Amino acid sequence: MAIQVINDKCRGCKLCVKACPFDAIDMVGKLAVINEKCTACAQCIAACPFDAIEQTTSDEGPVDLSAYKDVWVYTEQRAGKLMNVALELLGEGSKLANEIGDRKVCALLIGHETDHLIPELYAYGADVVYQIDDPLLKNYTTDGYAKVMTDAIREFKPEIVLFGATHIGRDLAPRVAARLDTGLTADCTRLDVNTGNYINYLNKYTTLDTSGMDPNSDDKNLKQTRPAFGGNIMATIICPKKRPQMSTVRPGVMSKLEKDPSRTGELIKVNHSLSKSDIRTEVVEVVKAAKELVSLTDAEIICSGGRGLGDPSGFELIKKLADTVGGVVGSSRAAVDAGWIDHSHQVGQTGTTVKPKIYFACGISGAIQHLAGMQTSDLIIAINKDPDAPIFEVADYGIVGDLYKVVPKIIEEWNRVKEEHNK
Amino acid sequence: MALKIIVCAKQVPDTNEVKIDPVKNTLIREGVPSILNHDDANALEEALKIKDQYPDTHITVVTMGPPQAKDLLIECMAMGADEGILLSDRALGGSDTWATSNAIAAAVNKIGDYDLIFAGRQAIDGDTAQVGPQVAEKLGLPQVTYVKEFSINGKEVTVKRALEDGYELIKIQLPCVLTAIKELNTPRYMSIGGIYDAVKADIKVWGAKELELDLNTVGLEASPTNVFRSFTPAPKGKGIMLDKDTVEENAHALLEMLQEKYIIA
Repeated sequence: MAIQVINDKCRGCKLCVKACPFDAIDMVGKLAVINEKCTACAQCIAACPFDAIEQTTSDEGPVDLSAYKDVWVYTEQRAGKLMNVALELLGEGSKLANEIGDRKVCALLIGHETDHLIPELYAYGADVVYQIDDPLLKNYTTDGYAKVMTDAIREFKPEIVLFGATHIGRDLAPRVAARLDTGLTADCTRLDVNTGNYINYLNKYTTLDTSGMDPNSDDKNLKQTRPAFGGNIMATIICPKKRPQMSTVRPGVMSKLEKDPSRTGELIKVNHSLSKSDIRTEVVEVVKAAKELVSLTDAEIICSGGRGLGDPSGFELIKKLADTVGGVVGSSRAAVDAGWIDHSHQVGQTGTTVKPKIYFACGISGAIQHLAGMQTSDLIIAINKDPDAPIFEVADYGIVGDLYKVVPKIIEEWNRVKEEHNK
Repeated sequence: MALKIIVCAKQVPDTNEVKIDPVKNTLIREGVPSILNHDDANALEEALKIKDQYPDTHITVVTMGPPQAKDLLIECMAMGADEGILLSDRALGGSDTWATSNAIAAAVNKIGDYDLIFAGRQAIDGDTAQVGPQVAEKLGLPQVTYVKEFSINGKEVTVKRALEDGYELIKIQLPCVLTAIKELNTPRYMSIGGIYDAVKADIKVWGAKELELDLNTVGLEASPTNVFRSFTPAPKGKGIMLDKDTVEENAHALLEMLQEKYIIA
């Protein structure tokens, strides 16, 4: 796929130059010319009023992909505990397996002494558990896990492999994809096989024109949607010529299935040829930080503070609000950069992506990176001095004012409502 | 100790400066500056710290991009790098991470003599964090990503690798690939003398031919992943601004609305 300018139709209006996120269009005289920065994102096609830009597909026929079946989820465990995202991906994997039809969702469980996790994997939707067990796999190592996983994928040929976009998933997945010479899409927030569902999503949440797309298309490629460019645009990526199709998926975005302890499945113990010399790193120790753990992704209510707090003591008020409403404390990048609060509280593109039921933004102006990490919250309440702050663009309720005056009143009112209810 | 270090860096648009046109719902790119990617600056800084300690250290910065990415190499050299190599060729354009790592690995092999490769964890325009590990894979080297502390003793490197809720302490032998995060250090500024020397420096430009690349392994057509569609999300409908006269009334009105929506009992 490549982007081409149809020279006869180009009028030199430069709208495409402005629309291009990657600065990939130059004007040569009165003609737009695509340069090597082009990533084929197709923003220019939508921007061109003269239909003078087209996307070409290569005429290379697809290779036989039918040997690849089933949806695999790398069910990441650490110290014998499954990561939440692993269960979320079993839910998403079940959905995709249904959309393709006649496919199983399979958990790939790598580690040592992991038998106790198998019933949980079945309960959350795994039809099959592929287990790779060895003392050498007790701790995660890139070399050890990449080797056994690549060998298993070569042997069993899954069509799709999903990883949580954790620090481990994002270390392992690119290594495996490169060894298999297949594509990998990072940090996905939506996955579709069914074209009709994908079109419904586009129609509901985007301004993209979908009139040229066929909802009954038999295209079974995995459409992997992710934020790019600092969250400013969304891109849907496909991997049409290689298998498996691989994605890392943001924690907290997909939904788990309802836990069903009566469910069971098939266990396949996978042989492997890992030896000590394959592993070239030595994990001396794994240290859990002693600091208070904030699970922003699991929180139903998040109370965040930003630069508008003025100084670190402002987080005491935010904590008080959080305690009142039963939430956890979040922050903007500005407050983290100022050293007022630990990075683990940061919401946004470079921090944690959150989708709570209620998000309080106190003294947060709403930089695009922050918005990218919280704007899908069910309800956003913003308090800011500046009436023009971008946070009000995404807020459901906005109050312009000094947060040090407004927040204590909200705490007061919240307590009053609670007390009345308890009477 | 005379180490030879290769730093992989990328010139990126400063995505902090990008805004969305509220009417047309499109990106406003005008006036957005190109910068040295943040994590890559941390990677370079760590290499420079090694050079501070062992002045015989030689640092080569490799970047891939259009001709103007030369500016990034000048910036890196003004910070203290010894050499800059630009991989630039129409044939490399549109490469995804798989194809990009093929080109960078070819450049590393052409350089040949190296002990350590440092890259940033991820670039702010793509946020994939895939190129570092994929370069390591193509070169057959061990890797550690998310490096937040680094020390070196002879051929042995000890690093702390950040996890979501702590860290791993890892030992690894040279040669290897490490990817840096911002907790690793604070990048230095360019020096005046450095800028003066850097603008006069000879920067090598290598294309697909110099890299002896198979054209089926680089560029848009060879990339396993393609962009199928891209779009800006529809802006959410405008919310309600509470503009009563007093703070008390506003707080009261907010809670009333939350009650109406059964958000709080």
